[in-house]
Amino acid sequence: MKLLRLENITVSFTFPEGEVDVLDNVNFYLDEGEILALLGPSGSGKSTILRVIAGLIRPKIGKVIYKGQELKGINPGVSMVFQNFALFPWLTVLENVELGLKGMGLPPQVRKEKALKAIDLIGLDGFENAYPKELSGGMKQRVGFARALVMEPDILLLDEPFSALDVLTAENLRNDLIELWIEDKIPTKAIILVTHSIEEAIYLADRVLLLSKDPGRIIREIKVELPHWRDKKSKEFLELVDQTYGLLTGKPLEKIPFRERKPSLLPKVSVGSITGLIELVHDLNGTADLYKLGEDLLMDVEDLLPIVEASEILGLAEVQKGDFLLTEAGKKFAEADVLERKELFRELALEKVLPLKQILRVLQSKSNHKVPRTFFLDLLRKRMSPQDAEQQLDILIDWARYAEIFEYDDDRDELFLPEVAVPKD
Amino acid sequence: MARIAWSPLTFYRKFSLGDAILLIILIAFIYAISSLNFYYTRPEQTLSFDLSPSKLPLYSLFSLLRMFFAYCLSFLFTIVYGYTAAYNKRLEKILVPLLDILQSIPVLSFLPPVFMGVLSLFPNSRIGLEITSIILIFTGQAWNMVFSFYHSLISIPRELREAADITGLNKWQRFWHLELPFSAIGLLWNSMMSVAGGWFFLMACEMFTLMNQNFLLPGLGSYLSLASLRGDVAHILWGLGALITLIVLLDQLVWRPLSSWVQKFKVEFTEAEETSESTVLLWYRRSRILSFLGGRVLGPLSEKLDSYFRAREKKKVPETRSPFWVKLRNAVFLTLLIFLLFYGFWGLFSLFLKLPLSSWGRIFLSALATLARVASAVLIGLLWTLPVGVKIGTTPRLARILQPIVQIVASVPATALFPVVLLLLINLAGGLNLASILLMLLGTQWYLLFNIIAGATSIPKDLLEAASILRLKKWDLWRNLIFPGIFPYLVTGGITAMGGAFNASIVSEYIVYGGKVIKTVGLGALITEATSSGNNALLAAATVTMALMVVLINRIFWKRLFKLSEERYT
Repeated sequence: MKLLRLENITVSFTFPEGEVDVLDNVNFYLDEGEILALLGPSGSGKSTILRVIAGLIRPKIGKVIYKGQELKGINPGVSMVFQNFALFPWLTVLENVELGLKGMGLPPQVRKEKALKAIDLIGLDGFENAYPKELSGGMKQRVGFARALVMEPDILLLDEPFSALDVLTAENLRNDLIELWIEDKIPTKAIILVTHSIEEAIYLADRVLLLSKDPGRIIREIKVELPHWRDKKSKEFLELVDQTYGLLTGKPLEKIPFRERKPSLLPKVSVGSITGLIELVHDLNGTADLYKLGEDLLMDVEDLLPIVEASEILGLAEVQKGDFLLTEAGKKFAEADVLERKELFRELALEKVLPLKQILRVLQSKSNHKVPRTFFLDLLRKRMSPQDAEQQLDILIDWARYAEIFEYDDDRDELFLPEVAVPKD
Repeated sequence: MARIAWSPLTFYRKFSLGDAILLIILIAFIYAISSLNFYYTRPEQTLSFDLSPSKLPLYSLFSLLRMFFAYCLSFLFTIVYGYTAAYNKRLEKILVPLLDILQSIPVLSFLPPVFMGVLSLFPNSRIGLEITSIILIFTGQAWNMVFSFYHSLISIPRELREAADITGLNKWQRFWHLELPFSAIGLLWNSMMSVAGGWFFLMACEMFTLMNQNFLLPGLGSYLSLASLRGDVAHILWGLGALITLIVLLDQLVWRPLSSWVQKFKVEFTEAEETSESTVLLWYRRSRILSFLGGRVLGPLSEKLDSYFRAREKKKVPETRSPFWVKLRNAVFLTLLIFLLFYGFWGLFSLFLKLPLSSWGRIFLSALATLARVASAVLIGLLWTLPVGVKIGTTPRLARILQPIVQIVASVPATALFPVVLLLLINLAGGLNLASILLMLLGTQWYLLFNIIAGATSIPKDLLEAASILRLKKWDLWRNLIFPGIFPYLVTGGITAMGGAFNASIVSEYIVYGGKVIKTVGLGALITEATSSGNNALLAAATVTMALMVVLINRIFWKRLFKLSEERYT
């Protein structure tokens, strides 16, 4: 019998503008004694999966089966560590940890003993009476771990617990967790880790599930059969990371659903980031390994990918086998001065980004060259969700402002063509 | 952190000053309640009581007690109303706008219905009168507290909520460990405002005229009312002195320690600079009585309650009611609500029908007059608070010296000063008009000042430095930095000040002074007059007009400014 099983989980959230699917038909199981990582970009619903398992969110369709029983309400066998710690600022460290036991109705003396033990275990002794605001980020997350572990859960849910910490602190805490786990110092039977860091997933997990976004689906399962402690510099480790990177960037496996997103959606990236990346890669002789690039820039996939994607859309670069290559246009762009760059960007944007061209046409055809924002918003809404439409329009405006294609008056909510721009085209 | 087992010895060890203060308060309360009781058992009394200053401590206690009960009532109401509005999605849509309307209704307009209701429950008894007064004070206090609590509840961070859910806290525990602590700072801040508002209207709440009958309850407010009714300056000053003493004491012994203590409920996770320190809080912290109460009484009691509620929650079967019953319940609920609404509208409408057209004309003119007064009060307030507030806010040294002084000056209820003001202005042409604007100003300028100070303090230091390096001219500095910086605060202050000024109109436009009635044209005067003469139709019409005016101004004028400030200046 599996410890936990998710069957056909579909979750949708209702917004004032309508219903949006976040998870679509998610199935997986969890065995005793394993660490499972859920890996995917933001919007892939990985945190939502955790909340479904915890019983905080009810799926629209499907069920969670814990120890052979269908889950109703809060899952009694789990506890959770949160990305931003979720500590109660008015409680001391000890009181915060004790809170994990209050709901169980244990007498005060027992509560205190157990809490002190957990605090010892996680290396917080001496800080029992400190308030969270007096602690560093790493210490705060230790409190988060202590609060979760004191409940002695079967399944420990970790919701990006290291992503709010600096690199060294995160590394330190990860290793402490592994130590507790492989030396059986905690009665936890399994761990589910949500992360968007490939390296973290491969370092900690026995099994990695890759998720796609909009809506979230499981696209791949990767088994990590390396024993702990894993060497991040070893060939096997790096190969696994590269392979996963390839899967996430959508190459070389061309057809995985990662690319299934609606084609016309622009990634939320400012022109400055695109320029920055292009310049950087140009300095590296026009080509760079994506994983290496992310590591050098201390950026997660999640932050790097949209910029890569935007560069691809504009035809400034291509991705081949995990490498980022500048195109001819990209090289020209990198070498150009400020004004030439704008001109080049304008040409490329009008050629590759259809909506920009459409907006320009509309503005040119109006006699006063002014059109309210809502007009384009309505147009976009026909093809995407209202939130997406808002975001897309903002991106379009940002790009257009840079390329001097059209301008935007925030006070009047109007898109318009400045006088000089009219005769062009 | 082992606690030494409690023995009588630890109790005897050392009393702190905090213990002494607590004991004095306790004794005073017991005494006040027992004397009040004695007072009520005596037969009906006439409209006069002993104005000798030696009685003032007792009267102060009576007023304090009334305020205390009114505050408790407000607090309970806040919890229930706020909780319902935040968690019941269906009721939320009704309760929140309703609150907006309730807030805009002046205190005195609640008098007739409250009076009728209470007196039908306690006919011919002074207790009924006492309850009426308490409820009146309550109607001036509760609304902003509810708003604050509701707003806190809906803005609790998702992760904290989830943490509470996953650790299996039940509703009772969640309230004490999450919801109340999270709301504490806002609640305290609004409690202070509410109680200050209570002092402002104390005179109106302790002595009132209803259907040409005078009612009077012994207290500080009625002392002041009676003294000014007789035009007795010496006693007015005595009463004023007692009131100021009481308010300063309350500030030092209750509010200041509380606001220092409540800082621990701040949600920011970084250590902020230390805010106000209170020596009295330190006394309380060292207090034996309090630590005994905390460790030996409240602690175990909360454990007992926790396990009681746990057991109760466990017994509850998960919701198995069929959709049919839910639908039926909703339908019944909705019908009832529609019925009540209809009933209310019909009642109001038939009241309005009784009102002659000329009265509507009068209401319209009065509304314009009051609006003009309110607007000029707010404008005059702005004129002096803007430069002064910015100066204080941008010069830390000045702030340190002036802030405590300003706070004490601001806490003196303007209504108590009013008779004195009136005395000076009454013989001038349009004396009451001037006095009325002055009272509104006295009552509401502080909202503006405090908000402007807060706004000016929030302007980043480096921007001010940059401005002086750029040698910006005064006007450019104001236009480009100071005004945008304080604008959101200015709007918040403006809304509060305007609402306060409207409310103040009912005590400032119609006065009985030295035995004669002095009034001017205005909605406030109309409401007071209608209440005292028992003209319910006029009262209802005037009240609705005022509420409508306040709500409309908020919606049309302030809300737009607010939106602008949010979009542009944050």
